[in-house]
Amino acid sequence: MPVQYEGIRQEHVAVRTGAGVFDVSHMGEIETSGPQAEDFLQRILSNDVTRIAERGAQYSVLCREDGGVLDDLFTYRLGHDRFLTVTNASNHERDLAWFQEHAGGFDVDVSDAHERWAMLAVQGPEARAAMERIADGELPARMRTADVPVAGVACLVCGTGYTGEDGVEVLIPPDGATAVWDALMEQGVTPAGLGARDTLRLEVCFHLYGNDLSEDRNPIEAGLAWCCKLDTGFIGSDALRGLEPDQTLVPFAFTGPGIPRQDNPVHTEHGEGVVTSGTLSPCLEVGIGMGYVPVADEAPGTELTVDVRGKPREAEVREKPLYRKETSG
Amino acid sequence: MAEASYPEDLKYHAEHDWARIEGDQATFGITWYAQDALGEVVFFDPPEVGTSVSKDEAYAEVESVKAVSDVFAPLSGEIVEVNAALDESPEKVNQDPYGDGWMVKVRLSDPSEVDQLMDVAAYKELLQAGS
Repeated sequence: MPVQYEGIRQEHVAVRTGAGVFDVSHMGEIETSGPQAEDFLQRILSNDVTRIAERGAQYSVLCREDGGVLDDLFTYRLGHDRFLTVTNASNHERDLAWFQEHAGGFDVDVSDAHERWAMLAVQGPEARAAMERIADGELPARMRTADVPVAGVACLVCGTGYTGEDGVEVLIPPDGATAVWDALMEQGVTPAGLGARDTLRLEVCFHLYGNDLSEDRNPIEAGLAWCCKLDTGFIGSDALRGLEPDQTLVPFAFTGPGIPRQDNPVHTEHGEGVVTSGTLSPCLEVGIGMGYVPVADEAPGTELTVDVRGKPREAEVREKPLYRKETSG
Repeated sequence: MAEASYPEDLKYHAEHDWARIEGDQATFGITWYAQDALGEVVFFDPPEVGTSVSKDEAYAEVESVKAVSDVFAPLSGEIVEVNAALDESPEKVNQDPYGDGWMVKVRLSDPSEVDQLMDVAAYKELLQAGS
């Protein structure tokens, strides 16, 4: 996927107001099946896998024993004993090795499904309507999956996304991907690149692995306690139990000029922090970002100073999400 | 500006900056190639009037949504004016890089440095060699 096709802001606005499509085929997939597939995933994924209904979807993180985050993942339950987990491209090989290493002792089959699927994310208020015109069957609801032919190709359609807009993610056998892409183009869906994907997710405060999540950070300080069900006994849960981190990830917006960038130092009343993601928000038209700050500075309204290449820039902690459809237009 | 263009009356620097020489003063900006490589400009961080700039050194920053770039001084001197309109409308750098998208005006401290800059033919050769 290129950084941009026509321009980041243009593509961003197309997804917020119409429909855009991202070629996210670089993302990895791991298929886990067998009688103990659920038990196995419950052991390695942070969320409560038993609560994924058949054809349902769930977000979780993959933790090391010490709670460091290896990846953040979406897992779809395709059948009672069959799951598909979507990985971040840069972590796919490591995730796969982690899955295989810990599968011993469970009656499961873990396989690399990356080569089996291309993936297009169709997002925006008009995304479902565009998909409905080329799909032969009903699209899944939010957080559900369905097998639906799209442009004549047998696809796995998922009611998920990374933009804060309605839409679907479509897993497609690779030799059918062009047909689906071309059909979306015929429907007037705007091709959108990696740049817009980043600005869209940051406006709604979705984490990006490698920026906001890493092996050096645990999910509690990253604000992901909600998807860490400690009672399931997943790998890393012992380290996270009772943990009271010094820092926490907060969204913020600049109150003056400037654009925050990853690794900019942050100065707060109670200490130091760091920007993990930053950009200019195309919808809010100010610099926005997320960063780790002392827990005492996490309240919305707290003033921060971000050191942007030597220049102090004024910022304020905000509530999630930074961009909200109702209030922002 | 969708089509590449490089005016004949400007002097060019290898970091894709231009200078329009007017006596002992010059206006600086970035070339069509630079703005195209950067993408849509969303922020221009100018230097202060009265500060000195040195040839080949960064004097300002220009940012697209995705990236930050230094802007290099093609010549040495003192900043006498900055383009305040870029504060509200940084996209002028894309739309009109040699006109409304100018960045600073400088009183030159060593006008003989002009001889080290490229004319349009030499700059176009540099671009072709790089592509």
